[in-house]
Amino acid sequence: MKRFAQLFAEIDRTTRTNDKVDAMTSYFAEADAADAAWAVYFLSGGRPKRLVPVRRLSSWAMEIAAIPEWLFDECYDAVGDLAETISLLLPPATSCSERPLHEWIEQRVLPLAKQSEEAQRESIRESWSALDGVERFVWNKLITGGFRVGVSHQLVVRALARASGIDEGTIAHRLTGHWKPSADSYRALIEPDTRDADRSRPYPFFLAYALEGSLEELGPALEWQLEWKWDGIRSQLIRRDGKSYLWSRGDELVTDRFPEIAAAAEFLPDGTVLDGEIMPWANGAPLPFAQLQRRIGRTKLSPKILAEVPVVLIAYDLLELEGRDLRTEPMSVRRAALATLVGNARAESRLLLSPVVEAQSWDQARAAHARSREQLAEGLMLKRLDSAYGVGRRKGGWWKWKVQTVRVDAVMVYAQAGHGRRASLHTDYTFAVWRDGVLVPIAKAYSGLTDVEIRELDAWIRRNTIEKFGPVRHVHPVHVFELAFEGIQASPRHKSGIAVRFPRILRWRKDKPVAEADTLDTLHTLLKEHS
Amino acid sequence: MLLSVTDRGLYCEAGDFYIDPWQPVDRAVITHAHGDHARWGSRHYLASAEGSRVLRTRLGADASIEYLEFKQIISLNGVRVSLYPAGHILGSAQIRIEHGGEVWVVSGDYKVDPDPTCTPFEIVPCHIFITESTFGLPVYRWRPQSEVFAEMKEWWSANAAAGRASIIYAYALGKAQRVLAGLIDADIGPIYTHGAVERLTRDYRESGIALPPTQHASEMPRGHDFGGSLIVAPPSAAGSTWLRRFGAASPAFASGWMQIRGARRRRSVDRGFVLSDHVDWPALLSTIEATGAERVWVTHGFREPVVRWLVDHGIDALSIASHWEGEEEVESPAAGEEIVA
Repeated sequence: MKRFAQLFAEIDRTTRTNDKVDAMTSYFAEADAADAAWAVYFLSGGRPKRLVPVRRLSSWAMEIAAIPEWLFDECYDAVGDLAETISLLLPPATSCSERPLHEWIEQRVLPLAKQSEEAQRESIRESWSALDGVERFVWNKLITGGFRVGVSHQLVVRALARASGIDEGTIAHRLTGHWKPSADSYRALIEPDTRDADRSRPYPFFLAYALEGSLEELGPALEWQLEWKWDGIRSQLIRRDGKSYLWSRGDELVTDRFPEIAAAAEFLPDGTVLDGEIMPWANGAPLPFAQLQRRIGRTKLSPKILAEVPVVLIAYDLLELEGRDLRTEPMSVRRAALATLVGNARAESRLLLSPVVEAQSWDQARAAHARSREQLAEGLMLKRLDSAYGVGRRKGGWWKWKVQTVRVDAVMVYAQAGHGRRASLHTDYTFAVWRDGVLVPIAKAYSGLTDVEIRELDAWIRRNTIEKFGPVRHVHPVHVFELAFEGIQASPRHKSGIAVRFPRILRWRKDKPVAEADTLDTLHTLLKEHS
Repeated sequence: MLLSVTDRGLYCEAGDFYIDPWQPVDRAVITHAHGDHARWGSRHYLASAEGSRVLRTRLGADASIEYLEFKQIISLNGVRVSLYPAGHILGSAQIRIEHGGEVWVVSGDYKVDPDPTCTPFEIVPCHIFITESTFGLPVYRWRPQSEVFAEMKEWWSANAAAGRASIIYAYALGKAQRVLAGLIDADIGPIYTHGAVERLTRDYRESGIALPPTQHASEMPRGHDFGGSLIVAPPSAAGSTWLRRFGAASPAFASGWMQIRGARRRRSVDRGFVLSDHVDWPALLSTIEATGAERVWVTHGFREPVVRWLVDHGIDALSIASHWEGEEEVESPAAGEEIVA
C-alpha cells in the first residue's frame, strides 16, 4: 500500500506525461504481480461496486474527529472532496502498516460489501488508525470508488508496455473487455507469447479530436472522407467462431441490451469486426438520444420498449475481415470492403452503412455541415482517405466537427463551488435571460473559462453575494456570458419553458451590459427553428 | 463601543483613527504591510518600527508614517495605543487599544509557529479580541515546518540531479523571505529571485534579517543556464513569459492553501508546500482562549464556521465583514509587481 500511495503521489504531483509514465513504469517493473494487477485495475479507472454508503463513512469520521456535522459539511464545502476531507480531519495514525496493496484490497476493501454495518465500522476505524497522509487519502478513494489520478488508460498501457517489453497494441487488446485483476491475469497481460487474445475482444477504439484551425489547413478536401457524426453509442460488433459480441466504447459488453443488432450480426461472415454507432432509429431517421437512454441500463427489455425504441448499427469502419486485421489498411480500402460487406449482409435493415457526405471542396463541406441538424446529426466526421485505424485518441487522421448553432448571451445569477480540481472555487454557474424585466434561469454551465477567469470571477462572487442558500450563492446580476448549446427543447418542467442540452460557456462578455443580455423570447424563437 | 465597522474600515471614534482602512483616511494604524491591510492614500500612518523598511517600500517615499516600537504606548486623543508582535511577517503587529478600562486587540494576520524573519507572536490579554480566520476550519492543521523544509530540499535536489531549475512561488512579501530563511543552511547553490521578491528581500536584509544570498534573475546575462538552481517568484509570475529563461523547470507553491489537493492542482504546480503565515485551526482556537477575551469578533476567512464554533463553546462571538482578503487575492499582477521583472 505504501508503494502504491507513493506511486499515486508521484503521478499526482506532476503535470508532465513522461514523468507519469516513468513513475508507473518503475512501479510495474518492481511490483509483485498481485499488487500490480490491482494497480492496473485502479489506474485504468476500475472501481469496485459501492462498498460502504458515504454517509456512514462521514459519520464515523465525525465521531472520531469529534466535530459536529455542520462543521464537517463546511469542511467538505471547502475541500470539495469527501475522501480528502475525511483524511484531513482524522487524527494522525497510531500505527503503521506494511501490508501490500493486494492484501488491503482483498482482505480489507472488498469484504466490506458483505459485512454488517458494525463490522464495517470496526474494519474502517482500524484501517484509518494504521494509515496516514497520502495512504489514507488513497485508501478512502478506493473504498468510495472515487479513485482517479491524472492518467489515461492509454498511459497505463504505455507504462505496462515499457515495463514488460510487450507492444502497446497487444497490452491494450488484452486489457479490453472484462479484465479481472489477479496475479495470474497480470502475468497473462505481460505474457511474451502474444497469440492469445481472447476471441471475444474488440480492438481499442480509434478516437477523433475536435477540429482545430481551419479546414484549409487539412489539405485538399478530396483527400478526406466526410460522414455525419451521429449521437448514439459508439460500439464494435464482432462476429467470430459463430458467435456475436457487441462492445460499447466504455469497454462494456452490451450484446444482450441490443438483441436486434446481435441478431443482425448473424448475417456477417466469421472473422468480422465492425466499428459503428448504435442509434435509436425509426422510419429511416434517428430518434433523439433521450430515447436511447430509456434502453441503456435496462436489463430486461419489454416488447413495448423494443417496439418504441428500435435500434440500428450505423457501420462506419471495418477492422477485421475474414479474420484479418485491416486496421493498417487505408480508410478508402476499409470503406470499400465495408460497403460490399454491409451490402451483402441484408441484415433486416438493422445494419446500415454510414453514408458518405459528398464534398468536392471545403466550401461544399461547410454547406453540408450547416445541414447537420436537418440530418439530425451532431456535425461531421472528417477522415483522411489514407488514414489507418489507430489506437486511442490521435491527432491528424480523423477529426470531429460538431455543430454549435444555439448561442445566447445570458447573465450569471447563481454560483456554486466545484469539486476536485475546482474545489472551493465557484465554478458552477446558473445563467438567466430577461423576461419582462425579470431574469429567468435557463441553464447551468461549468466549463469554458480559463483558470485565470475562474479565479477572477470567484473573487468577485465572494464579494457580491446577495444571499446564500447552502452552497449556492445568489449574486448581483452583473456579468454576461455567451453560452452555446447543442440543442434546445420545450420543457414544461422548467420555469423558462425550455431545456437546453450540453450548455457551455463560450466567453465572458465583459463588453456587454446586463441590459443587453438575450430575452426568453429570443430563445423561444430559436426553439421554433430547432424543432 | 471603542471600535466599529464603517465603510472606510474599522474605526475608533474615541481616538479618531482607523485600523487597516480600505479607503483613504486621516489617520491609519497599520497591522502589517500586505496590500489588503496597508492601503495607499491615507494622510498619516502609524505602524511598527520593525516593519518600517517594507512598509516604506509598499507605501512609497511620500507617505507620512510614524513608527512605534513594540509595546511602546502612544496616546491618540486619550486612547492608549500600542503594538504587539503578530508573527505573521516582518513588522506585523497586533494593535492593542485601551480606553476607559476596556482593552481591545486587533490581531491583523498572525501565526504562532516560529519564524526567523520576524518577532514571535505574543498573547495579549484583552476584553475584546478581533481575530482573522483565514484558515479557520479543522482541515487546516499544519505539519511541523521542519518536515516541509526537508521536503522542499528533497524536491530541489531531485530537480538539480535532473538538471532542472526549481521555481517556488511564494508571496513576494513575507512568504518568499521565510522560504529563503528556511533554506539558509541547505547549501543549494545560487538562488535567483523575481524583481518583486528581490526588492523586499533587500528590505529584510537591511532590517537585520539573515537570509541566504540571492540574485535578481533578470540581471543575469542572456542565455544563462539556470539548470539546477532555485528561483523564488511571486505567484503572479506563473504563466508569464518571464519564466522562459529558466528552461525546463519544476514549479512549486508555498502556501497554507496547498493543504488542499484541489488548490494545488488548480495552480498546475508539481508540488504544494504547506507553509502558512497564518494560524491553523488548533492554534486559532487556543490563541482565542489564551487572550481571555469575553467577546470575539471574527474577520476575513472562514468567519461563519469559526463564530458558530465559538458560540457553541460558550464564547460571545460575532462575524465582521471587512475588505481584508488574505494576500492570495491581493497578489494579483497589478499589486505584486512594483518592480517590473
